[in-house]
Amino acid sequence: MAAAALLRRLPAARSPAAALMGARPISDSTTPLTIETSMPFTSHIVDPPSRDVTTTPAELVTFFRDMSLMRRMEIAADSLYKAKLIRGFCHLYDGQEAVTVGMEAAITRKDSIITAYRDHCIYMSRGGDLVTAFAELMGRKIGCSRGKGGSMHFYKKDANFYGGHGIVGAQVPLGCGLAFAQKYRKEDSVSFALYGDGAANQGQLFEALNISALWKLPAILVCENNHYGMGTAEWRAAKSPSYYKRGDYVPGLKVDGMDVLAVKQACKFAKEHAIANGPIVLEMDTYRYHGHSMSDPGSTYRTRDEISGVRQERDPIERVRKLILAHDLATPAELKDMEKEIRKEVDTAIAQAKESPMPDASELFTNVYVKGFGVESFGADRKELRATLP
Amino acid sequence: MFEALREAMIEEMTLDPTVCMIGEDVGDYGGSYKVSKGLAEMFGDLRVLDTPIAENSFTGMGVGAAMKGLRPVVEGMNMGFLLLAYNQISNNCGMLHYTSGGQFKIPIVIRGPGGVGRQLGAEHSQRLESYFQSIPGLQMVACSTPYNAKGLLKAAIRSENPVVVFEHVLLYNLKEKIPDEEYICCLEEAEMVRPGSQVTILTYSRMRYHVMQAAKTLVNKGYDPEVIDIRSLKPFDLHTIGKSIKKTHRVLVVEECMRTGGIGASLRSAIIDNFWDDLDAPPTCLSSQDVPTPYAATLEDATVVQPAQIVAAVEQICQ
Repeated sequence: MAAAALLRRLPAARSPAAALMGARPISDSTTPLTIETSMPFTSHIVDPPSRDVTTTPAELVTFFRDMSLMRRMEIAADSLYKAKLIRGFCHLYDGQEAVTVGMEAAITRKDSIITAYRDHCIYMSRGGDLVTAFAELMGRKIGCSRGKGGSMHFYKKDANFYGGHGIVGAQVPLGCGLAFAQKYRKEDSVSFALYGDGAANQGQLFEALNISALWKLPAILVCENNHYGMGTAEWRAAKSPSYYKRGDYVPGLKVDGMDVLAVKQACKFAKEHAIANGPIVLEMDTYRYHGHSMSDPGSTYRTRDEISGVRQERDPIERVRKLILAHDLATPAELKDMEKEIRKEVDTAIAQAKESPMPDASELFTNVYVKGFGVESFGADRKELRATLP
Repeated sequence: MFEALREAMIEEMTLDPTVCMIGEDVGDYGGSYKVSKGLAEMFGDLRVLDTPIAENSFTGMGVGAAMKGLRPVVEGMNMGFLLLAYNQISNNCGMLHYTSGGQFKIPIVIRGPGGVGRQLGAEHSQRLESYFQSIPGLQMVACSTPYNAKGLLKAAIRSENPVVVFEHVLLYNLKEKIPDEEYICCLEEAEMVRPGSQVTILTYSRMRYHVMQAAKTLVNKGYDPEVIDIRSLKPFDLHTIGKSIKKTHRVLVVEECMRTGGIGASLRSAIIDNFWDDLDAPPTCLSSQDVPTPYAATLEDATVVQPAQIVAAVEQICQ
């Protein structure tokens, strides 16, 4: 065993057969692997799920790839913002990648996700592509919202991704409405409404939670607790920062949001619970490396030591890298190569998005109303008055 | 009128299983103005939903459900309470179709009674047309008779756009014979109430009745007013209005909205922009006073426009 491990560390020493076939040595095996989460789950009026998470080598490698892609994308967005190609507000997700990747691994595209403005990576998880994402950030015509939404308004209807919302907390009643529609249509799927520790103090959350519990809606409220609501630390904004307990009569689970396997386990558990029993609150203990947005340096209300400390101890990508290496699923060089490929992919997408045109002037007026459905809107020059039954 | 609205709801909910009703006391209680009486028994709890007193969130939930393909009708027990849901109505309801690049439609109807009632007090006598009129992406209609109430509500439910239907507290008990056959009214069309040749009077909702009362007096005095119920508050039916102004060359707007930033203010601007050359007199507007509605009966009467003031204004314009 030791000899084999030694051999794997020498890049030249591949097995002759593999070298001949040009086969990728990175494991794509789907044999189940059980890994323990970094810490046990803490729960509120419900029995927590087990710490042992079933995954596969292929899944772990996918986790690494997806999170690295998101990390690179967000860092590239940082540079684009500084180069003034992205304007306005830009809220970056680096550090929090494990939440969306773990969530996606536990659910299907039939389940709905809605979030606030830190939505670039969730759009990617839901099947979005780099080009439309960067194009939207730069306000181009081929952007996912045709350049009319911007950083805070990414949506993907065919993947049940409902955005992308700028007003803090307003997306949570919308998310409960999505769950209501799922129940109305007897769809057997759930809705995840993501919000932050800052939004957790909004009244409409409690209103929506009350209604969801009353009507037993399959709604899962996920608090992405990155411990700061812009510049205000959670202990200064919330008398009770145990956000997973805030549901009171609604069960809750606290999860290490930097551990993608824990997130996956929790979301799987939550989905089963929501379909059977109604709403549940998940608190993801996570962290953002950037400030609240690109206008916020992120260091006036927290120390650089804290940020680098989290990066060293809890970085989600590093955790998966260690797991992959510990289980011999790939070599460090292979992972590095993957990261290089990803970097190229992102750079190519940016170049493509940069070349794409701005929206036409006429786009200013399209999509304000849905046209062509029964009755039309006319101005002063309307010639005919007609009501048509659709 | 409440029977007409109720008929509209029953017909649309029977026709289309995705239509549902969300509001306070709409289910078991039958609606505080009886618009949804009996509907919960007919359609079940999942389609006629009694909510807790949480306007912000249940309006938001209505928008979320609409994003996912349902067609909710959200009732504000009084329009004034919908101010609590203003963020949801403005940012989510009005703007999601645009910010998502056309991906999501929000076919929601938001309806409820507003307007000055009988000594209901300041907070229950609000007119929200002016607050919502700037929201892009929203359509607004005001019904005034049982006939147009039913027709407009049906059209609003069928529309793919979010529509706010303004009803009036004092008009719910109006009775009128309406056709048995199915009909809908066009959401963007104004209604010709009394054709005339001398002056165009534009009005909506309850003020229509004050205008018609004044019109009786005016006709006796030898005037010939043309009365149009604009119905569509956003967008304005400038075709009908323009045709009328080109005929009479004088226009008076009579509204229950506040003077400042009201529907009349926008309507006057639209008239000046489009029909300036056709006017022989400045476009005049009679609106409610810019005050919270007082409780005392005499003061409350003085807040809104009364027929005598309309008569005086017409006489002034036609000099």
